[in-house]
Amino acid sequence: MPERQLVGSRIRNLRLDRGTRQADLARDVGISASYLNLIEHNRRRIGGKLLQDIAKALDADPALLADGSTAAQLVPLREAAAAAPDTTPDLPRIEDFAARFPGWAALVTAQHARIKMLEERVRVLTDQLTHDPRIATSLHEVLSTATAIRSTASILVESRDLDADWQRRFHVNIDSDSQRLAESSRALMEHLDLSGDGVEALVSPLEEAEAFFADRDHAFPDLETARATPAELASGVGSPLARRIVEDRLHRLAEDAARLPAEDFAAAALACDCDAVALAARFDAPVGAVLRRLAFLPRKAGLPEMGLAVCDAAGVITLQRPALGFGLPRGGAGCPLWPLFRALSAPGLVIRRRVSLPGTAGSGRRFDCTAVAEPAGIGVPNLPPRVIATMLVRAPTGQDAGDGRVRADPVGPGCRVCPRTACAARREPSVLSAIGDATL
Amino acid sequence: MNRRVLLIEDEPNIIEAISFILSRDGWTVHTHSDGETALDRVRAGTPDLVILDVMLPGRSGFDILRDLREGDDTRALPVLMLTARGQTKDRELAERLGATRFMTKPFSNSDVLHTVREMVGP
Repeated sequence: MPERQLVGSRIRNLRLDRGTRQADLARDVGISASYLNLIEHNRRRIGGKLLQDIAKALDADPALLADGSTAAQLVPLREAAAAAPDTTPDLPRIEDFAARFPGWAALVTAQHARIKMLEERVRVLTDQLTHDPRIATSLHEVLSTATAIRSTASILVESRDLDADWQRRFHVNIDSDSQRLAESSRALMEHLDLSGDGVEALVSPLEEAEAFFADRDHAFPDLETARATPAELASGVGSPLARRIVEDRLHRLAEDAARLPAEDFAAAALACDCDAVALAARFDAPVGAVLRRLAFLPRKAGLPEMGLAVCDAAGVITLQRPALGFGLPRGGAGCPLWPLFRALSAPGLVIRRRVSLPGTAGSGRRFDCTAVAEPAGIGVPNLPPRVIATMLVRAPTGQDAGDGRVRADPVGPGCRVCPRTACAARREPSVLSAIGDATL
Repeated sequence: MNRRVLLIEDEPNIIEAISFILSRDGWTVHTHSDGETALDRVRAGTPDLVILDVMLPGRSGFDILRDLREGDDTRALPVLMLTARGQTKDRELAERLGATRFMTKPFSNSDVLHTVREMVGP
């Protein structure tokens, strides 16, 4: 169903939710009730001032009324539905739900995000408890000492005829073991860092590193001017592993900043509409470094907003700059059709594609992507190089930017929450198959 | 009765406590604390029963048990495994390798005594 036809339905639903009579709303916005009735049944087009007036009268966001919920708002709701397979949410009406009850939709989204975060923490803790050799050693120490104390104490209690020498010996043993138990327990607690707000801090190093970048909106002015080193900037990161990840990423950004000075690079980028290949030639830099620089350049440089994703050869996202509602799942559960992953099969080939994300009622999003896979790090003789892929994402540009009929490669948010049932790249069923292909 | 038990364990105070209760029960208790040379110690001493800790310096109790079960002279030797890890996979591994019994730390003295008596029989 075309997008515009739904505007009337949204107005009608919202009006009924507000308990406003059709005649009253019509009077408030200066039209006849019969004309409003035609609009509400999608038999008259609506836009401009009248739409603004109706939105104002219904205390609603005009954009939401006109466009419905954006795909960016719907994706987390679909993920929430996918994460609860035992429930039966009315998926075909997901857009209706988000539009009519934005507060509740935001609550579902926030709670789903919270559950995901807590599940990740449980996973980290389980990994830590299962595989951390220091915890295993500490627990062994605690249990062994408790065993010795328990056995010795039992002997003292149960052996009434124990001579004084043995008694003294066992008392000394209990004393030394109790000291050991206290020390090993304290060491274990310190390692787990469960005191104070420690539980909140128990996140994966990658999650902690990403929080560091998000808190600073991915902007590091002191790095641009070399007033601070990556090590200095990363020194505030809590855990050593997360600090290492942050420092590595900042090193890469510092190298980019030194190689591609902000002012010159921004001017050149504006002159060529951010053509990464032209910029790579102009600055004699790898295309991947140019893509990173375009995404992380200070916003004041005047360039359009752009998102970035970097992955390793296993498809794991190692660096991401969310923007424009674009984001890929970290753990490798993304859609293999993104140019980022396609680039891995042809290192050195610069891929430029327009992609289209599915949405309901034509609300899918489009991006122009540039991706390349390149060797990273220092090569080792007779071993294939480590390869990383980098993809820059921006809103469509050019004369056909707003033309939805222009061919775009279909991609998805990840199989579980993707409604493209007939996709050849599908690796697992979607919980959204009820939506059907007709709405892509 | 004068039966011999070899206790292979590296915690000195556990060694002392178990040695005391078994000695008082009439056992001759020999002890050994090093995993690497434990197999030689078993073969040299020909005990009636071995109490074997899993986490030992030099070599794990599981590896020692595997070798014991492969040797003609030690294949049928009763072995009580002691471990601080009570996970199912450890218990299953001990059973698969041929442990006669398996006990998780911390245990009670009476459990140790009862188990050891049961393993050797009257």
